[in-house]
Amino acid sequence: MANKLINQMGLPPSLSHVFSARNILTAKDALSLPEIDLMALLDIDIDLVRAAVARISEATCPPFQTGLALLEEKMKSGGHLSTFLPGLDIALCGGIPFGALTELVGPSGIGKTQFCLKLALLAALPECYGGLNGQVIYIDTESKFSSRRMIEIGEGSFPQIFRLQGLAQKMAGRIIVTRPTSISEFNDSLQQMKLTLLQNEVKLLIVDSIAALVSWDNEKGIISSRQSPVRGSLSFLKSIAEFSQVPVVVTNQVRSHSNDDTFHYIFQGHRKDTSNSERSESHLTAALGIQWAHAVTIRLIFEAHSGHRFIKVAKSPISPPVAFPFVVESSGITLLNQEGISVAGSEINAIRCQGWKSFSGIIQQWNQLPSFMQ
Amino acid sequence: MEISNLPISPSIRSKLLSKGYTSLSSLSSISPSFLAQELSVKLEEAVEVLRAVSDTTTSKSAHIPYGIIPGAVTAWDMLSEEQMQRHISTGCEDLDAILGGGIHCKEVTEVGGVPGIGKTQLGIQLAVNVQIPVEYGGLGGKAVYIDTEGSFMAERAYQIAEGCIYDILDKFPSNSREFLSCKERLQVNNFLAGIFYFRICSYTEQIAVINYLENFLTEHGDVKLVIIDSVTFHFRQDFDDLAQRTRVLGGLSLRLMKLSKMFNLAVVLLNQVTTKFTDGSFQLTLALGDSWSHSCTNRIILHWNGNERCAYIEKSPSVPSASAPYLVTGKGIRGINSNFKRARIM
Repeated sequence: MANKLINQMGLPPSLSHVFSARNILTAKDALSLPEIDLMALLDIDIDLVRAAVARISEATCPPFQTGLALLEEKMKSGGHLSTFLPGLDIALCGGIPFGALTELVGPSGIGKTQFCLKLALLAALPECYGGLNGQVIYIDTESKFSSRRMIEIGEGSFPQIFRLQGLAQKMAGRIIVTRPTSISEFNDSLQQMKLTLLQNEVKLLIVDSIAALVSWDNEKGIISSRQSPVRGSLSFLKSIAEFSQVPVVVTNQVRSHSNDDTFHYIFQGHRKDTSNSERSESHLTAALGIQWAHAVTIRLIFEAHSGHRFIKVAKSPISPPVAFPFVVESSGITLLNQEGISVAGSEINAIRCQGWKSFSGIIQQWNQLPSFMQ
Repeated sequence: MEISNLPISPSIRSKLLSKGYTSLSSLSSISPSFLAQELSVKLEEAVEVLRAVSDTTTSKSAHIPYGIIPGAVTAWDMLSEEQMQRHISTGCEDLDAILGGGIHCKEVTEVGGVPGIGKTQLGIQLAVNVQIPVEYGGLGGKAVYIDTEGSFMAERAYQIAEGCIYDILDKFPSNSREFLSCKERLQVNNFLAGIFYFRICSYTEQIAVINYLENFLTEHGDVKLVIIDSVTFHFRQDFDDLAQRTRVLGGLSLRLMKLSKMFNLAVVLLNQVTTKFTDGSFQLTLALGDSWSHSCTNRIILHWNGNERCAYIEKSPSVPSASAPYLVTGKGIRGINSNFKRARIM
């Protein structure tokens, strides 16, 4: 809408000629300037400028909907991708929402990629089995995608489907994996995707992981300013999600959390209470900073402590703060407790990584050929 | 005031100056046709110039108390008007109390906080609470929700509306005839239908919708609340020129203030946080810079206080700075004592 052309907005012809003569062609150009500046630039009366800006604004403004209409639309289109983890689905009111960015953040090896593999499979499944019956685009920046593992998860979770002749191949055929090696490649694939998402019935977009992009950015020596290409990609991802109403799942890494990171507001003063020191023991915080944390709609934190792993719903407009203990098995991630444990206070945002075995040790058991290939 | 400060187009201004009209008094006794001839412009344009001159020098008509300053009102009149004003409840009694009753109409209130603290929850709660009928202590108005981040979830609005209606019926169990008719209006679907939702995808659209609101509000006169969630998002991503950003934001905030006064509604802006280096360390502060922090009438910061969520009034012309804890429950924003069932008034 921002790029709507002024000469198509129904302004009187003399006025739109004045605009184009001064190279103000789109709504964005016209509305970025204060009215006085426009008047000086175009050399016309202030009342005419006001009327023109009002007309341009009316044409650029998106149409409104009532809350009721929104709800009805959501009900019709389903609106969620079920994760097949009942406790998590209830907490998220149905599953991973369409049209929003869902972030999975946690230390390496905890199970984020496993979760993504299962989601990819679920989106490809036919609707009669609870899936979305569509294609999946999996952007793999760290070469972690394992199709063998994915088929294994499929066999473990839906044995009756995967034994059917040719179905495994059909499912795997719906998942498109791309491995960009630089930010420009990533941006190019995003641009192309904007069209194909609608044309080719893509029902899920997974980016695993997005933090790798930032490390490419840093490697090239670009100072991460406001205008670094990564910021552009992140906001573009969000707009793709909105535009095409598909769920977008993004994984993020963690980095160590120094004492400087526990920021306070000026009115809070410098306090050293016990809750803070306990939090800094975790030494971990999500990468990409606070601006990214604002941009995601749902944040699921994967963490480990006291010998168990947990999925925590840290940020979500519709869920209470709960944590679910989980394990990773051959059929993917399984929740140990479907009701979840309620987490009080700012604990929900902490990421802990203590006392568990790294996942790579366990994967040795599963390196066998899947049954349909034997 | 000189000619150079008049709101007229540059070419006419240069013609005036070249003909020797440098001050306003030189134009005070000239007829439009003479001016048109002098400057060789059309008659309508000359009339415009003279009107601009007279607007800046003479007083406007209408209400002139004591004839001192045109268009002003006395503080006493303002006080009586304010006392009749209803406020929009936030759902949490403690927070309402420190705000002096709730969110004020005719004012712009900014609410900021870290991600996940409950800004969108508060926004949706206000959009529901503004619709509480007048008989139950609310404003009985509708809400405009401008969503720039896609955080508005219709299912959550449903839950919050349900919770609000449940609490109203709990608090006012009376079955008298006056209440019966508005009880029918207390339906969740009515509350959802009273929220006008705009989804904004760029800062251009954000500017456009705020410009368009004047027309919209004239058509829908029962809107009493405008929420922008969040005002920061697009301005942080796409703007190259920070000075221009400050100017555009200044224009936006002025327009919003004008709308709130003209249509007697409350404007609530939700903001994000960023870090600022002051006094040798990084501190959390609301985004969009120092000049923006002057634009809003009231400023509330939502923050974590240990394991509790707290709302702190950082800036307000009428109430002192204070903090109040609040909860985000399944029914929406509530105070910490609201878990106890209210005693029924027999």
